[in-house]
Amino acid sequence: MLKKIGVSSPWDLFSDIPRELILEKPPRIGYGRSLSEYEVSRIVNSKLSQNRLFLDPPPFIGGGLCLHYVPAVVEHLVSRSEFYTAYTPYQPEINQGLLQVLFEYQSLVADLLEMDVVNASMYDMSTAVAEAVLMALRVTKRRQVLVPSTMHPEHYEVLKTWLLGHDIKLVKLGYDRETGYINREDLDRKLAANDTAAVYIEIPSYLGFIETEPEYIAEQAHKHGSLLIVGIEPLSLGIIKPPGRYNADIVVGEGQPLGLGLNYGGPLLGLFATKMDRKLLRQLPGRLIGVTKTIDSEREGYIMILQTREQHIKREKATSNITTNEALMAITATIYLSLLGGKGLRELAESIWIRSHYLANRLSELPKVRAPLFSSPFFKEFVVEFPIEYKYVFEKLLEKDILGGLGLEGPPLYNSRACLFCVTELHSRKDIDRLVEAIGEIL
Amino acid sequence: MKTTWKQARWNEPLVYILGSKETTGYTIPYYEELAELKKKLGYTPREELGAIYRDELPEIPGLSEVELVRHYTRLSQMSYGVDIGPVPLGSCTMKYNPKISEELVKTPYIQTLHPYQPEESVQGLLEILYELEQWLLELTGMDKCSFQTPAGASGELAGALMIRKYFRDRGEERDEMLIPDSAHGTNPASAAMAGFTVVKIPTSERGTIDINALKSALSSKTAGIMLTNPNTLGIFEDEILEVEKLVHETGALLYYDGANLNGIMGIARPGDMGFDIVHLNIHKTFSAPHGGGGPGAGVVCARGELVDYLPRPLLVKKDNKYVWDYSCSKCIGRIRAYYGNIVPLVKAYIYLASLGGELVREAAIQSVINTNYFIALIRNIKGYELPYDPDKPRKHELVISAKPLARDTGITAEDVAKTLLDYGLHAPTMYFPLIVEEALMIEFTDTETKKEIEFYAKVLEEISKRAYSGDKSLKKTPTNTSIERLDVVYGNHPRNVAPTYRVYKRLRGEK
Repeated sequence: MLKKIGVSSPWDLFSDIPRELILEKPPRIGYGRSLSEYEVSRIVNSKLSQNRLFLDPPPFIGGGLCLHYVPAVVEHLVSRSEFYTAYTPYQPEINQGLLQVLFEYQSLVADLLEMDVVNASMYDMSTAVAEAVLMALRVTKRRQVLVPSTMHPEHYEVLKTWLLGHDIKLVKLGYDRETGYINREDLDRKLAANDTAAVYIEIPSYLGFIETEPEYIAEQAHKHGSLLIVGIEPLSLGIIKPPGRYNADIVVGEGQPLGLGLNYGGPLLGLFATKMDRKLLRQLPGRLIGVTKTIDSEREGYIMILQTREQHIKREKATSNITTNEALMAITATIYLSLLGGKGLRELAESIWIRSHYLANRLSELPKVRAPLFSSPFFKEFVVEFPIEYKYVFEKLLEKDILGGLGLEGPPLYNSRACLFCVTELHSRKDIDRLVEAIGEIL
Repeated sequence: MKTTWKQARWNEPLVYILGSKETTGYTIPYYEELAELKKKLGYTPREELGAIYRDELPEIPGLSEVELVRHYTRLSQMSYGVDIGPVPLGSCTMKYNPKISEELVKTPYIQTLHPYQPEESVQGLLEILYELEQWLLELTGMDKCSFQTPAGASGELAGALMIRKYFRDRGEERDEMLIPDSAHGTNPASAAMAGFTVVKIPTSERGTIDINALKSALSSKTAGIMLTNPNTLGIFEDEILEVEKLVHETGALLYYDGANLNGIMGIARPGDMGFDIVHLNIHKTFSAPHGGGGPGAGVVCARGELVDYLPRPLLVKKDNKYVWDYSCSKCIGRIRAYYGNIVPLVKAYIYLASLGGELVREAAIQSVINTNYFIALIRNIKGYELPYDPDKPRKHELVISAKPLARDTGITAEDVAKTLLDYGLHAPTMYFPLIVEEALMIEFTDTETKKEIEFYAKVLEEISKRAYSGDKSLKKTPTNTSIERLDVVYGNHPRNVAPTYRVYKRLRGEK
């Protein structure tokens, strides 16, 4: 090869790099030499096996992510290397299969949300929230954004970071201590000046409770020219009214419950949807797959559409810088949803609702335990308040090999006696009873 | 040369046609307990949720397991990745994804770990991440990395925000970001998201940044410059030390876009070139797969004072334990939830541990040999030219222009790209960078075989011959793929825009 190139040494191909920049020796990385596959497996497995698993019982910890079951068939199909070794389908004719799956993803999520437009994925829910807010600012050209005080604290931090480069007022809405709901007078007051770009709400909220009349918030927001952004949990939509029904303009969510592992928090899947409205569509971030025809009009096929919004064409005028997204996670969600179907989804959501309520009921039987802390309906996650410091309960549970709920000593509750429990389809009655008994003993 | 390659053509219908919302292939765990638990509760979801209960089943079609497997296996067969053949998309670094990496991450010791479980219970994983960070620091010449950023563009946004915050803290009003006209589109997009005004710097005839233009663009308003080196033409910015001096002298910072690191990894380091912030594309340079568009991981690293501005939390070692450090007096905060895209990061660890320093350097050298070997093979083919100093060696990639071909025969870069598909080859990146007309941007990476590179060159020659012989069928390629050439205009027409099945049905007057 070198002969054909016309050089005698490969280093001739680096002669344009200033000599002082060339490293004298190869970098000191790895284990000082190359490793055989067996050696590297042994090293990695031995390190990973130092991690402590909580599978019996499954973890009761939540905070935006909970452990769900990933069916073997989902894992199997998403391991097809035609999918995972592909690039973004820039050449649609040779990647129709991948494009069709992504179109199915957009379509299935759209039907789950009853929203018309779903993009091909965002990194995670936190960045989807940030992108939704940036989009609302572009659409309305306003400078204030209202968010619930009870929102996921990390999502709030991400939003703050993403807004660093903009002169924007990020305002928290007060909430009712009894129900967790957004304080309506506060909402009305903050909307009154007609300078709010968007109102963001979560259904269910980070703390698990469910605002049962989002219609009021939607109407108020729209009356004052603001957009309504709704954050959802996808499995809950098996039993909860979809945001399209109460007039949400933008919907975001965390797609992890749709067949993804926890993986210590990443990769995840940011769901992002809007209404079919030209003004919104023009400002949509991320990739979009659509239906087209062959040039001879004989057949239908799929391509990436409305690319003139994207960075490789619009550069600094693009709606977002996102390029690499979470396509493989979107494929996972597609396969998972197609395995469940509408009825399966409803039954799964019901089972999670039943199990989480069963735990809440059992805990409420313990003396001086408030479960759930909020009086409103909830799904999957809920807040429990103990008569003692939760940190102590958590540590004692760990001793019993139980990963308990997430302590809420920090934002948004600042309550060191409270925690957020998560119950999913994985928790059998026995698992739940075991947790309750353990807590009973600790208290 | 005849091609016999044919891609699967299943004419596979949408899942909506195959399934029904009453069908499910999923069995709810501990299903038999539910009736009794429900009875114990004494109320139903409908009763508790009231007005916000969903009355109708979601319109999600369900399939039995065997139907599901066939549907998605067929769709996979109509997809094309590195495991099928070469994907020499420029600036995408589509190298082979080792199977050992895929296998090792499929373990409950990663998959079931919750981001909020105690640090003491994930020491094994944190140790892997910590060692990975040390290796990435060695490769970049930086002081500290943050794993937060899930992709390259996210690393850029983090970097641009760090620069913004840095100058704000110093009370300096600098709101211009300099970006070469050959840069990846994400650079200006990220800079704009961080609130900067983008100032475009032209490329000189040598294919590198125009130093005089840079000099006149630099001012007290300049916050920084975003560069990728080697640049998107595959040319090393040989005046980088001069650029560094000029930029730093005006008090501005240098950002390194790591998308193109593959040709120099282990040979030269961005830190030694004077860059202050670097992002790395774990899914490019370090062999984690692209997943059909993602997930990636875009580790962002910094030097000196800029470390204080990295997104938090950072991984540190304290009393022989690995812990997340949330302290943040100057940092930009979080760029996403939790810690980062852990799975691709572990794959990068496996890759680097397997190779070690010498083979990492060897990989870079091989990628550069592959690029220049390919140039030697196509240099004299009629219809293509190598713009910008054709005698200069390229690094990880090259950009050819099909302008002569288009001018002489009417066959464009797009036609060439589409025809390549008919030979079972993925096309290069086309029409990028924007400074090259009829551009075809090609990156074989270190893992492509000599045979495939030679075949690719042969096919380009064959296409040129066909074009010059007046073969009009080149306008109608591909025909060996699962579908013929698609009409991009039709699908983008406001009347036809159908991003979901529900919109598609409505456009056709169906319910």
